[in-house]
Formats: sequence, structure tokens, C-alpha cells
Amino acid sequence: MSVTTLLAISLGAILTNNFIFSQFLGICPFLGVSKKIDTAVGMGAAVTFVMGLASAVCFGVNKILVAMGLGYMQTVAFILVIAGLVQFVEMFLKKNIPTLYTALGVYLPLITTNCAVLGVALLNVQNDYSFIGSVVYGITGGLGFLLAIFLFAAVREQLEVSSENPKAFDGFPIALVTAGLMALAFMGFSGLKVW
Amino acid sequence: MNILYAVLVLGVLAIVFGLILAVAAKVFEVEVDPRLPEIQAALAGANCGGCGYPGCGGCAEAILAGKAPINACAPAGAEGAAKIAAIMGMEAPSGDKMVAHVLCNGGCNAKDNFEYRGVTDCLAATKVCGGNSKACRYGCFGFGSCVAACKFDAIHVENGVAVVDKEKCTNCGACREACPHHLIVEVPYKQKVFVNCSNKDKGPAVTKVCADSCIACGMCERTCKFDAIHVVNNVAVIDYSKCKNCTMCAKACPRNAIEPIPTPEEKEKFKAAQKAAAERKAAAAKAAAEAAKAAEAPKAE
Repeated sequence: MSVTTLLAISLGAILTNNFIFSQFLGICPFLGVSKKIDTAVGMGAAVTFVMGLASAVCFGVNKILVAMGLGYMQTVAFILVIAGLVQFVEMFLKKNIPTLYTALGVYLPLITTNCAVLGVALLNVQNDYSFIGSVVYGITGGLGFLLAIFLFAAVREQLEVSSENPKAFDGFPIALVTAGLMALAFMGFSGLKVW
Repeated sequence: MNILYAVLVLGVLAIVFGLILAVAAKVFEVEVDPRLPEIQAALAGANCGGCGYPGCGGCAEAILAGKAPINACAPAGAEGAAKIAAIMGMEAPSGDKMVAHVLCNGGCNAKDNFEYRGVTDCLAATKVCGGNSKACRYGCFGFGSCVAACKFDAIHVENGVAVVDKEKCTNCGACREACPHHLIVEVPYKQKVFVNCSNKDKGPAVTKVCADSCIACGMCERTCKFDAIHVVNNVAVIDYSKCKNCTMCAKACPRNAIEPIPTPEEKEKFKAAQKAAAERKAAAAKAAAEAAKAAEAPKAE
């Protein structure tokens, strides 16, 4: 796979086809843990990590499934892989990199239910990416998630202290409106191309 | 047949992952000190961060490692410290319960420089127009950054100034961190008398900006029989270790800057008592002088 293709994949994953803002995957943690910038960044980093790993492992699993003629079992198998992987990563980090483990905290097991991770595995198959392509797509997709949740958390921190919005919009309603507007803004990237 | 095949493949896959996880659980097993969860249970569990560690888990680890004192968790109080002491096999430290207190009377009594209509946050308010909507540059804004910081519903803005509910206060220190003017201090729970002013300007300047301010006149200092109140940097400060809560300073204060604020009748009574005491003192001095004169007189002869 050429560097240009990889660059195109990265750019697409981070900006044009941002997992949150244009594919609307992984909205649950996006809304759930975006109240503070530091927790949001922690979540984003954890997701990036797991997405990269999941793409790599799911690539292998998919090869096995296809070889067996069981391509239709992808979703089930991927969920199994991701759940196991997250568990494994948690144990590994706890033993070897305890600082990262404590920094990620409760967000690590939460990633099991993040559909952006499942999404990236399925999209890798759909787009027929090579192994390197898959991993790059997974990592950059995670970075896109990180970018989105960081920006959103920054806006929400500001919203928290502003008294400008009507009472009925306080809290979640205004957060949802903000998310919508940010998604609209990200649509502006849709013309971006790499040759 | 196809179904069987799928079940078989996925089953094998699941078993493989299960085995890997089982092995990993053994390989990556981290030994956790059994005391750790016990200590964590004894902490307040509010994750307030008042101890300076990231949440209660971090504090429990620090206590276990001996890096933090066993009474590091202020919200858990003496009870929690005693429990942790029992777990760690140490003596529980004794000490008075402490609470937070806001050293400002201001609020509606303090004059406004201008009407602030920005983000209702004290830190934000310090960033505009020289940092003060209130004419007093030491006082409470009343925008409630401390209220937002409090996890125990123990501090509220009443009449434009933050007031601590000392029954609910756990002395976690979150409000002290949040206050940009550092008006909130740690005081003993038993303490009843406070100088609710932090203005360090000279008397005339203070008089202009707030009705209930300390002008550093020193009346309280002269009134106190326990040497517990002193004017430092143009504001009266109580030494809580010496203060007996007699409230004499509060009654002597001409500006009602000392809590509990006395009623007018109390003030009158206090003034009358002071006057009577002064007269008695003067009379005694006069009598002493005359006695001395009388004693000297025979010698002269």
C-alpha cells in the first residue's frame, strides 16, 4: 500500500469521514464522558489504542472466517474479539504500565461497548484494506474520535459556565445541539481530497 | 450442517480467547494488598480530590504506601481516620474537627463598581475590567465558584456572599481552591467568632467600599482579654487557639465586622459596661494616687 493511500485513509478517518461527526459511531461515550477535557482526552486515547489493536486482530480473525466461508458471522466474531481484547489490554496495562492504567481508569472497560471500535473492524472488511491499511485506519479513526471528543468537551466546559442559554436548554439539550452544529461544521471537510 | 459449522468455529474462537484470557489473568496477575480496598471503604468516597490525590483510590494507595497521613481524608473525619488507623495498625491522631469559613461580610453591603453581566464564575469575573465588579478588591463576588466546587451542598451564596453550612462541611478544601480571592479558610468547628472581612486596605479606603468592613481601628484588640485578636496588615485576625468565643470583640467592633453581629441593645449594654468599668478604673487609679500621696506626705514632714 502506497504512502499516498495511507495518507488518504488517515485524512479520511480523522476529518472527512470522522467516526463521530460523519459516521455517527461511538456517540455514547462521546456524549457520556465529554463533560471535562481531561477525562475526554483519556477516553479518546483509550479508544485510539483499542481501535488500532482491534483492527489488527480483527483483520486476522476475518481472514479465518472468510477461509471457512463464514463471512456472515463477522459482527458476532468481532464483538467477541473486541470484548476479549479489551479485557486482555486491561490486564496487560495493569501489570506493565500501571500509570496508563490508572489514567484510563474506568474508560478502558467501557470501550467494549463503543461501536466505533466495532465499526472500524467492519469498515476495514468492507473497504477491503490490507493489514497495514487496517491498522492505520484504526489508529487514525481513533485519533478522529479523540479530536472530536476533545473539541466537544472544550465547548461543553464553556457551556457549563455560561448563563446565556435558556433554562430549558441547560445541560444535555444544548450539548446535543452543539454536537449537531459541530457535525455540520465537519461536513465542510467533505470536499477534501488527496491525490 | 452449515449452522453446526458456524457454531463450531465461533465456539472454538471463543474458547481460544477464553484460554488466552485465563492465561493472561495468571501471567499479568497483580497482587493487591488486601488492606487497599478496606482503606478505600473507610474514605469518604466522594472523589473530591481535597487530599491532593486523584480520587479516593489514589489517596488509599498513598496512605497504604505511607506517603499520606492516615487522616489525609478530611471528609472521612476522625471516624474514618480511626478506621484506617485500625487497618494500618497505627494510633489514630486526635484533633479538632475543622470546617471551612468565608471571611467576608460583603455581598449586599459592599458597593459595586459596575454591574457584571458575564459568565457567572468568580475566576472569570476577576479577568475583566481590573478584576472587580465589587469596589472591594478583596471581597466575595457571590458568583458561587465555591458552590459549584462543593460536593457536599455545604456552601451557598446568601445575600451576595458565600456562607458555609458547617454541619454539612467536611473540610475537603475544594472551595478554598476555587476561591480566586482566597477568602475561605480552615477554622475549628467549635469556633463561633470570626472577623468576616479580608480587606487589607487602610481604614478610609475600606470605609468607602463596604459598610461592614474591618477598618483596623484596634478596638477588638484592646477589648480582648485573651490576647486572641490582633490587627495584622490592616485587618483584624483571630488566633483560634487562644479565642474563648466570648464575643466581646464582636460587641466592641464599631463596624459590625465580627461575627456574631451583636444587636443594638447588646451594643448599648456593652458600651455601658465598658464605661462603668472605665469609671471604676479611673476612680481606682485616683484612689491609688491619693493613697500614694497620703503615704508620701508624712515622709515629707
